[in-house]
Amino acid sequence: MSVLELCRWIQYSEPLVAMRASPWLFPVIATIHLMGLAVIGGAVLLVDLRLLGLGLRDQPAAQLARDAERWLRGGLMVSVSTGILLFMCFATKYYYLRFFWIKMAALLLVLVFTFSVHRRVAMADDARVTPGRSRAVALVSLSLWTLVAFGGRWIGFP
Amino acid sequence: MEWLAETPWSIALHESRYVFLIVLTIHVLTLTVFVGTAVMIDLRLLGMTMSRVPVSQVMSRLLPWTGAGLLLMIASGALLFYAAPLVRYHNVFFRFKMAVLVLAVANAWVFHRTAYRSVALWDLDPVPPRAARVAGGLSLLSWALMITAGRMMAYQGYWFD
Repeated sequence: MSVLELCRWIQYSEPLVAMRASPWLFPVIATIHLMGLAVIGGAVLLVDLRLLGLGLRDQPAAQLARDAERWLRGGLMVSVSTGILLFMCFATKYYYLRFFWIKMAALLLVLVFTFSVHRRVAMADDARVTPGRSRAVALVSLSLWTLVAFGGRWIGFP
Repeated sequence: MEWLAETPWSIALHESRYVFLIVLTIHVLTLTVFVGTAVMIDLRLLGMTMSRVPVSQVMSRLLPWTGAGLLLMIASGALLFYAAPLVRYHNVFFRFKMAVLVLAVANAWVFHRTAYRSVALWDLDPVPPRAARVAGGLSLLSWALMITAGRMMAYQGYWFD
């Protein structure tokens, strides 16, 4: 089965047809998706501002990273699960949208980066990481997250 | 309002192909800075994160970012309003959103004038006193309502027509 056929099968399966019959379910799920985005934004900024030497710069980065991770995971859980539902509603449409694939690629990259390199640098003892390295990691993280959010907004444009 | 809608810049913004979408993108992406940092402050007030960081430090180091986010939100939001003044004015979700915004700012203002004055007494408490928790909770609720109203503005027809 090709990806397009899979998209078609999902979109026209019985539960999804029933879901689309409600005109307000999609906007409600999209709203929850945005709330998840806000929480992810807060958790990411808390750590990345600190790595840039801004925000809560008097606190150890490792402590902030531990505080933020719970909320990052929570926000991700909300946004990813609602995002899957939004995708399934119009899977074949998204299949043809360049911004959808840009967003998915950026999301995959930022998740791998966040839970590997970014996590290791943020959790390390402040004395053992050079400021330049912290800054570079924060900039990569912020750029990728911005691309994810940007792609998300542009999926919805005509 | 009709006068505003007929100014040449309003029509230009309304009919532009990309400028309007770019302003809308800035408005939505700034949500992460404005609501994101506000949520972290509110969660600290509720005792749900950064329990080892003094409340006053969370406030003084993050609130400038919330403020900058709010300014950008209002600037881009004003442009979105200017692009279609009559449509926004008649949108029930827009009116609701503006009302919640006023209440949210009033809540923050009251908190800074009352409970926050004695922050020195509870700065290091993992869970701040009740008055601060209430302010944080109300603030979180208002952001949720504003996001909801903002998203629903595009769907007014689904709900009411």
